[in-house]
Amino acid sequence: MKALSWTRRKGLKGLLLAGISGMCLNSQFAHAQRMNSGRLLSLEDMVQPIVRGDKLVKKELQIEAPILADNGSLVPIQIQVQSPMSEQDHVTHIYLLSQRNPVTQMAMFQLGPWNGSAGVSTRIRLAGTQEVVALARLSNGEFRYNQMEIIVTESSCVDAS
Amino acid sequence: VNIARVQWPENVRSGEIVKVRLLIQHPMDTGYLQDFTGKVVPRNIIRVLTCHLGSQEVFRIEPSSGIAANPFF
Repeated sequence: MKALSWTRRKGLKGLLLAGISGMCLNSQFAHAQRMNSGRLLSLEDMVQPIVRGDKLVKKELQIEAPILADNGSLVPIQIQVQSPMSEQDHVTHIYLLSQRNPVTQMAMFQLGPWNGSAGVSTRIRLAGTQEVVALARLSNGEFRYNQMEIIVTESSCVDAS
Repeated sequence: VNIARVQWPENVRSGEIVKVRLLIQHPMDTGYLQDFTGKVVPRNIIRVLTCHLGSQEVFRIEPSSGIAANPFF
């Protein structure tokens, strides 16, 4: 009987130790990534390197993405710009910008009048809850944007996928 | 192995808007993550992807590390 309880105690101790060391390991991994994803860029900071003071309006651009994304490593997103896509009036670029990612410009798409509609869809990585900005440059030099907050429960920058 | 898969509609009429879908098998390593031995996984990113129709470039994508692994466009 005595021997039995002794092994049980030992076993419990072992479990506890394993738990604590696991936690330490975890925090070490989290620290090891030299990420500065704590800072949040303002809209101006995100947009101005591309817009450079040109006309910027918030209209006729739709972002379709989940409001709550379980996994930041894979967030499906669709951008649709209302544009006739004619020779005179078309969308030339679509930018996807992130507020928190280490690389602000997530992707750039180049389009032209030969594209039937100004829409793109892809899957992005997000380092935590943030505003995602879609920016479109029109052929007349004007910029359109829209933003959407996506809540990310698991950041892309913690797990190794 | 299929590295890239492209999908488009079977029958395309002239003047019709066609959606072409592309799925690439690519790790898109950001260069920020470390593997279990503590080594930094080097950056491995698709930089430019172009789509041509005949001789004309009709679509161009410049992804960055913000695009998920196995990118889909």
